[in-house]
This record gives sequence, C-alpha cells and structure tokens, in this order.
Amino acid sequence: MNKLYILTLFAALLVTGSCKKDSDFLDVPPKQVIPEEVAFSDPALVLSVLGDLYNRQRDFSSLDGLEEEKPYITPAEPGWRTFADFNEAFPSEAGSYFIVQRSGWGYGEWAIWNYGYIRDLNLFIERATAATKLLDADKTRFIAEARFLRANYYFELVKRMGGVPLITNSQQYDYSGNVTNLQVARSKESEIYDFVIAEAEAVKGMLPADASQKSRATKGAALAMEARAALYAGSIAKYGASTPQVALPGNEVGIPSGMAPAYYTKALTAAEEIINGSAGGYQLYKILPDLADNFASIFLDKSSVNQESIFVEDFKVNSGKVHGFTTNNQPFSISDEGLDAGRLNPSLNLVESFEKLDNTYAPIATKDGAGNPIYYADQLDIFAGRDARLAGTVLLPNGLFKGKHVDIWAGYQLADGSILTSDDASRLKPLPGTNVDVQVVGKDGPINGQEFRTQSGFYIRKYLDPAVGSGRRGRQSDVAFIRYRYAEVLLNAAEAAFELGRTGTALGYINQVRARAGLTTPLTVLTFDRIVHERRVELVFEGHTLYDMKRWRLAHLVWDGASMTVSQLQTNIGSATKRNTQPFGLWPYKYYNPASPDNGKWLFKEVLPAAVTGASRFQFGNYYSTINNEVLSANPKIVKQPNQ
Amino acid sequence: MNKLKIHYIFLLALLTGVSACKKDNYEAPSSTLNGHIVYKGEEIGLEYNQVPVELYQPGFGKVGAIAGTFAQDGAYSTLLFDGNYKLIIPNGQGPFQWRQNAAGGRDTLSVTVKGNQTLDLEAVPYFLIRNAVYTVNARSVSATFRADQIITDASAKTIERINLYINKTQFVSAADNIAAAEIAAAAITNPAMINLSATVPAITPTQNYVFVRIGLKIAGVEDMIFSPLQKITL
Repeated sequence: MNKLYILTLFAALLVTGSCKKDSDFLDVPPKQVIPEEVAFSDPALVLSVLGDLYNRQRDFSSLDGLEEEKPYITPAEPGWRTFADFNEAFPSEAGSYFIVQRSGWGYGEWAIWNYGYIRDLNLFIERATAATKLLDADKTRFIAEARFLRANYYFELVKRMGGVPLITNSQQYDYSGNVTNLQVARSKESEIYDFVIAEAEAVKGMLPADASQKSRATKGAALAMEARAALYAGSIAKYGASTPQVALPGNEVGIPSGMAPAYYTKALTAAEEIINGSAGGYQLYKILPDLADNFASIFLDKSSVNQESIFVEDFKVNSGKVHGFTTNNQPFSISDEGLDAGRLNPSLNLVESFEKLDNTYAPIATKDGAGNPIYYADQLDIFAGRDARLAGTVLLPNGLFKGKHVDIWAGYQLADGSILTSDDASRLKPLPGTNVDVQVVGKDGPINGQEFRTQSGFYIRKYLDPAVGSGRRGRQSDVAFIRYRYAEVLLNAAEAAFELGRTGTALGYINQVRARAGLTTPLTVLTFDRIVHERRVELVFEGHTLYDMKRWRLAHLVWDGASMTVSQLQTNIGSATKRNTQPFGLWPYKYYNPASPDNGKWLFKEVLPAAVTGASRFQFGNYYSTINNEVLSANPKIVKQPNQ
Repeated sequence: MNKLKIHYIFLLALLTGVSACKKDNYEAPSSTLNGHIVYKGEEIGLEYNQVPVELYQPGFGKVGAIAGTFAQDGAYSTLLFDGNYKLIIPNGQGPFQWRQNAAGGRDTLSVTVKGNQTLDLEAVPYFLIRNAVYTVNARSVSATFRADQIITDASAKTIERINLYINKTQFVSAADNIAAAEIAAAAITNPAMINLSATVPAITPTQNYVFVRIGLKIAGVEDMIFSPLQKITL
C-alpha cells in the first residue's frame, strides 16, 4: 500500500514536472550578451554600440597609435611614429631609424581593407532603422551618425586604395556553396567620392548644428568631410592628367579630368556652408595674445572658447582613453619619465619653410654673404621674424616647455675651428686654457645616435601637453586629435575657389588663415605653389601630408629618391615640387673665443643626422596601396592596382 | 601470456618506428628557371630590385604571383616545382616594351618548367646606352657614350635626363651612389656623343676603385635604363 502510494506520487510528480516545455527549459536568456532587440530599445545602449563604432575609425595619424590592420597584417604603430614620416621629422628612436634609412615605401604601405567595420556599420544602420522602441529624434540622429562614420571610412579607403567595392547593406551568406553574389567588383574612384559627398549631403540635416559638439558627428563635421572629399576628387581629376600611368582602364583608379570643375564647385559650396555659419558658430581660434602660443593652444584647448575644432578624437585622463604622445615626445631634460622622451624631431626642411613676416621665403640664416657664420646672442634670434606657426608647431632651441627652457646645443665651436663636444651632457670636459670641467653639449641633444633626445635640433610642440604629469606613463595625456578644423575648411575653400578661377574669393579665405599666424600683409597674388605651401605649414603633423602630395600628383616629384645637399635644401623654398627626400637638422654651437666680441654667442650649422642614410622614393605604384592576394583570391572580380 | 604481451609491444614499437620513417613534409622546389632580359642578345641594364617578374601557376588554390625582380644586369632566377607557369612583367614596369596582347595590355608567356632551364626574355627597350668609355683623371671620372633610340614608331618616348652614377659598391643607381652627374634632355645636342663627368669624393675605408654606370630616364617611365656596370680603378 505504502509502496503504491509512493509510486503514484512519483509518477504524478514526473507528469507535472514534465509539463514545463522543453524550449522554456533550454531557452535561458544570455547574461553576457545584450540581444539586438534589447540593445536597440534604449538610447543609452544604442549610444554605447555607436561608441564602439566611433572608436574604430581609422586615421592616418593618431595620437594613441594604430591597431594592427587585417587582412593586411600591417603591424600596430605607436602614436608618435604615425606623425614621423615624409621627412618633416626625424625619428629619434633606434627602433624607428628605418623610416630614414629605407629608400622608399612598400606598395602595401598604408593599405586598409576593414570590411568587418563596414559590415558592423551596415548592421547598425539596419537595426537602428528597424528599432521600434526608440524616439524618432534619437533614431534619426543615430542613423545619421553611423552613415557619417561609414562615409568617412569609405573616404579613408578611397584615399589609400582608389575605388573599392561599395557595400551599403549587410550581406548574408545563404549556405549554397556559391558566393558569387557576395563578390562585389571595385567601383570607380569617382563613384566612391560621389558616395561620400552624397551621404554627407543626406545626413547633414539630421545632425545637430552645434559647434560645441566635437567628438560626435555634427552638421559641421559632415560638411567638412564633404568639402575635403570633393576637393580631393577635384584635384585627382585635374592633376591626375599629369600622370596618365596612374590609372586603370575601368577608372577604378583615376578620375577623368572633365569632372574636376563640378567637384571643386561642390567643395566650395560645402566649405562656404560652414563659413557662413549655417552649421554652427565656427571661427578661427584667436584667444591668446602671443600668436605662437595661440596656435599651439588650438590643439590643447578643449573648452568652449575653442570654436575652431570641428570633429575630434577626444581623450580623458583617468578614463582609460589616454595617449602617450607627450610621454614619447617631451624634451629629454624636462621629461617626467626619465628616458622616455624626445622621439619626434621636426626637420630643418620643415622649419625653413615657414615664411618671413613680409611673405617671402628664406633659409634660416646661418652664414652671411661672405660665407662667415652669423653669431646670435640668443638661440631664438635666428628664427625671429617668421610665421608664428613655426614656434607654435616646433619647440625651438631655448624654447619654453612647462616653464623650462630646452637645452639644445651640439657643443662649443672653438676659435681654431675645431669643436669641443661629448656624447652626453653629463660627461664634462674642460675648455681650452682652463682646467674646470664644464658641460659641453646640450642636455636635450643634439648628439648623433643618442635616441630619445633631438637629433635634428628641434622638438615637436603641436599636441605637446603642458599639463602637470602629462609626461608620466601612469597618467599620460588627454590632448585631443583634431580630425577637422575650421582653418582647414578655409584652406579647402580657398583652394577650390582658386581652381575655379575665383582668385579674389580664394585670397579672402587664405588671408584669414595667414593673418591669424601673424602674416598681416595680405597676399594679393595667389599661385598653386602658395596653396601647397600654406597647407604644409598650417596642417603639418595632422595627417594631411601624404594625401595632399598624392592628390596633387606631386609625391613622385617631391620624394624622387635622390639624396639632398645643403644648397638644394636652402634653395627653391616654397616651390611645390621642391625635393624633400631627407630630413636635415640645424645644430646650434656655442662660440668660445674669449678674445672675440662674439664669445658666448651662438652659431648654427645645417646637419644631416648620421642615421639618415636613405632617401625617400615614391614610385607610381605607391599612389594606390596594394590590394593583397588574400582579397584578390577571395574575390576574382577585383582588379589589381596599376604599376604594381 | 605475459610473454605474448611483451611481444605485442615490441611489434607495435617496431611498426611505429618503420611507419614513422616516412617524412611528413614536402620537398622544396628544386628546378631553377633563370635567364636575362635582353634586346637581340644585348644586355638591358636595370636598377637592382626594381623591375619585377611574376610567375603564376594556375590551378592551385590561391592566385598570388611568385614574384621576383631583375638584377642590375637584367638577370633573374627562381626556384620552382616542375609544372606549367605563366610569366609576366606587370604593366608599367621596366624601361622597355614587352609583347602586347590584342587588348593592348602586356601578354603572358607560357613557361613549362621541367628540371633546370635557362630562358632569356626578349624585350625592346626605348633607348640603349652604348659604347660607354670611362676615363679617369685623378679623382674625376668622365664618361663618353651614345644614347641610341631603339623604339622610333608611334610609341616612341623621349629622354628626360641622363645621369652618371658612381658608387663604392657594385650597386649603382639613383638610390645608391656616392657621386653623380646629370644632363637634362634639353642640353643634349648630339645623342651619339654625350659627355658626363663627376668627381669621386674621399671613400672611407680607402679603396682605389669604384663602380660606374650611366642611367637614362625616359619621360613618363619610372624605371631607368642603365649601361653595363664597370669597375674602374682610380
């Protein structure tokens, strides 16, 4: 009886227990993954998804470095090194001397092909579009931001690779074993630019017109991207005619020259939309009385008074998103971190290209007409009377950083012509006729082969963070990287107007940028060389150099692989085709001759740092980076780049 | 029983040993394909490591090229497996014309590799530097030579400049030189009699010889064409 009772109870339990559906039992909501419908139901969650997409943007130069790029297997790059190439600077780190020792670039250099990112952007756009629980205003803005990021990445692709497959929806594989419907051929180069321009036009109205919004896409950012893209397309169309070799028959590379005026017109229209204030109150940064400090502050000031920066990659101390640019590049003797310092050394090539205040070009005067050295009482005197952007971009000998003067000098020049120096500032030597050991070389260099201190005679000032502790590895720096800023918009407008023959308009824009730098005598004649020069001095170390030289088809002329002499360095300054294949330095020496009135004064010598053994050579095959065999094998519709 | 077990173990060990004798890796390619790029038997001088030659073997998975480059004297050499290959010098490379296909692109050359073989490639250069004679006076090297235009039909190109390059090693080009001289196309009055001279700077460590070549840059063509390398004693 008892047994029967137990059995019945057991059976009953079994039956009731099994009443729960199997699917309920197996279907446990995941705890680590937020499902799509949940993620797209709350604006805060959508924003965090979008935040990841913002973080994955690709810039040419990046303060916190570049991640490894697949499928290209381009190794990860430290932040400072992404600014170091093209002979605008010397890399003072033994592991990076290859930049000045190689005789050119590989065809695969600068290649990117991150269609995984594009797929994620496409998925985001599709899911946000399908979301039902978001407010319409939020939804519109999120979608517009993702479309902006997608267009910006296609712009980055087309600059490096030319026409690429244009994929604007998330492709699905149907498991049929046949993938031909997923293989997309390369678009024409012009079609990708058209896509970028059209997307910018489409989303600009959906984005806020707010100049204080800088790290999220705004109307200003969309228009700035549009102006730059249209300008690039216009110049490739115009100047591509001079290099017919750099083209493919299907126009995947190369834009027909007839399309140039239409692109320039679009560039000018988009830039003027920002200039006339319809995207928010952007203007040039003119806050500090000292023009050089003012120029440096554009990159440091993140407060609302900075209405120049339009779209930035922002950083924040103690948040985890910080960068070591200041740690890597701070002057050696002012370093917060011992040996971690001084890597990026601007070259004399760049320094001498900053013009004098009367709008003329001149080499840095080291010798008088008779060939005798000129003696200067203060090291800074030799750079006096130049464009304020020089001291704003470059930390000059005896310049100030964090309240201290940098100590840059290569040794004593003695009366008999010989030089007294040593291989470290702590190694003291007596001057002739004395027996007291004194310091005979600067604490900040230059000494050939001594890494982490300048070997060119200059340090970088752009982005160098004067905040306390910015040079420590533990704290690092949160100076923002500016992707688009108002001065570039003005220069884009000036170039587009110039190419359209509207020189008066162009002069109006370019003179605004120049006046801010202290060049108050306005230009009255505008030439192509002037535009090339102005972009170089205003936008150096902002990731423009390569793309500008490419779109003007100047790269193979400027970097022609021939080594340089000092006399070549000092002539033709301001010419767009001036050779720039090796980074020179300018080394200060202290004159020691107690009998002379010039005793204790400074003289300077042009020096090619000993590590510079190569000369940059840009070949036709470098204009568009290789599409590698992985991609070519996976998709036979893709045509190879020309000249490779 | 116990004895039997030991037997089995021995047998198993022996079998494993025997079967493991077979190597599990592939043989390396062993057939050499080499030769020069020539014009009617005459050397076409190139810059070291600049003009590529690509071999494709269709039918094996991925489509990448087996890439090599020509040496200074136009020599190339590759190690291959026996089989059928297609050889091409990519578009826009080299200071010469290569056989064209009907579409106007460069044509491939079918190559069957079976054992070692030498295959000279025939191309037509736009120009050739001939009869280079070098004279040395102290440390000054002067060269006299002829620049012969080989292609004179509609596809002819013009000279951009001619350079004399001197280096202390046998790699002599625009990228590798210790002394150079240049003459622009406009300054050439008689292409059959061109003079260039350059002074050799002091070399450390001291050596009493240098290598010289003359390079000709063709307008619109990236690669220069060079005269044969010559070692001269100072």
